[in-house]
Amino acid sequence: MNDMSKYVSRVVKSIPPSGIRKFFDLVSQTEGVVSLGVGEPDYVTPWHIREACFYSLEQGYTMYTSNQGLLELREEIAAYEKRRIGIEYSPAREILVTVGVSEAVDLALRALVEPEDEVLVPEPSYVSYAPGATLTYGKAVPVQTYDVDEYRLRPDVLESCITPKSKVLILSYPNNPTGGIMHRRDLESLVDIIIKNDLIVIADEIYSELTYNGKHVSIASLPGMKDRTVLMNGFSKAFAMTGWRIGYACGHPDIIGAMTKIHQYTVMCAPIMGQKAAIEALRHGQAEMKKMVDNYNYRRKMILSGLREIGLDCFEPRGAFYCFPSIKISGMSSEEFCEKLLLEEQVAVVPGNAFGASGEGFIRCCYAASINNIEEALARMEKFLNRHKK
Amino acid sequence: MELEKKILNLIEHDAKISPKAIATMLDETEEKVKAIIDRLEKEKIIIGYNAVINWERVGDDGVTAMIDVKVIPEREVGFNRVAERICRFPEVRCVYLMSGTYDLSVVVTGNTMKEIAWFVSHKLSTLDNVQSTVTHFVLKRYKQDNFIFEKAEEDKRLVVSP
Repeated sequence: MNDMSKYVSRVVKSIPPSGIRKFFDLVSQTEGVVSLGVGEPDYVTPWHIREACFYSLEQGYTMYTSNQGLLELREEIAAYEKRRIGIEYSPAREILVTVGVSEAVDLALRALVEPEDEVLVPEPSYVSYAPGATLTYGKAVPVQTYDVDEYRLRPDVLESCITPKSKVLILSYPNNPTGGIMHRRDLESLVDIIIKNDLIVIADEIYSELTYNGKHVSIASLPGMKDRTVLMNGFSKAFAMTGWRIGYACGHPDIIGAMTKIHQYTVMCAPIMGQKAAIEALRHGQAEMKKMVDNYNYRRKMILSGLREIGLDCFEPRGAFYCFPSIKISGMSSEEFCEKLLLEEQVAVVPGNAFGASGEGFIRCCYAASINNIEEALARMEKFLNRHKK
Repeated sequence: MELEKKILNLIEHDAKISPKAIATMLDETEEKVKAIIDRLEKEKIIIGYNAVINWERVGDDGVTAMIDVKVIPEREVGFNRVAERICRFPEVRCVYLMSGTYDLSVVVTGNTMKEIAWFVSHKLSTLDNVQSTVTHFVLKRYKQDNFIFEKAEEDKRLVVSP
């Protein structure tokens, strides 16, 4: 076969493949796996939402929508965000419906970042922010967060990473992979630094409905922050709609307008079926969502107490559906731990270093799994640790 | 009261869940959860525990019928006395008082249709206040007590995702 790799652009070559991908291949070849390695709800989309999609297809809604998304959906989003964080966004000019939050992040980075601009990414972090910055010829700058701080972003650490080239700060709380959240006072401690250094915040709040000790606070709702924040949210986690790929961005018309320009030339619009389903989710999805969140909370407590019982140190995660325990007692690296755990006990968890260097020494355990699977995984992990404890 | 309801909700969906697990989920002690469950059982708030079984899978072709029963109510006790009598038959699984065109809905199980027909003609319709019966046989069970029978929805997610 010819070597065509010389044709692939340098910037794409420079991005490492996702650390999760490699691990995924390994897991796929293993039989009888109990997986705590997924990054999505274990619920199927509630039936009334699926049914609304069938109905829209029956009615013949199979066409493009406006670039920004159905006005009806943007109106529902505006009402929802008003309820959720108390901010009013104009459906006409300040909301853009995207193909998942992933597209929204990509659009925002492309709309904001120029070559050499620095994008501050608190780590451990979801896997796509840093590559997204690289693809715009910007530079992703990791900002460490620590388990002793429950992975909150500390103002002094943020400040130490800022240079004259810093332009964008990514804030992704509740956090994947750690389950950490930012309280109001934590966010307030960042505002002065953000304004003083003229940063724009990309706030990925996809897990914001999944908090277990009080309501999520959005940085956009703090004084002086609305215009500086590109707020992102979607339906995947709260409404168990990952495969529908519907997300949205809210923000200043200048930025949303710029993002819309890229969106119209690249994907044109988010799929109409998903948009129709999203309308139903916002109108009638609260009750089912509450049930799901209550159940995640039960499992969160189960897995946290279980992990601690088998000897793994773990701070209490207050959001999303992940625990991020330390595996120090095993004396292994994250990858070694995950590979051995998979081969010896057929339990899949994700190595912490897949989410940045600072995740080394930790693993991500997703508790969006049935109680039975959580108990089974914990029992197997206990056997594993008894063999390997240092 | 809130705590009781939370415990009941958990048990209703999975009677096998351990008191220890419930305690963890609700931030309570195992002893306290056990004590509450004991009391709920004694007070007959928790009336009993059943398993939902797909008998067909073990080759058992039992028959279930739902019988609409019209009843002449009695002075002072209404439908209660006859309903309670019907409840005593071991082949009767459920008895409900209904609104609408008939009065009692009775769910009966047996080994064969003949067995149920015999029960209806000899036991049920001969009761004093029973005016008439209409028997519907169950042909197939799709879902019962929250459980889908044929194929439980399997986990279709990728085993690892970001």
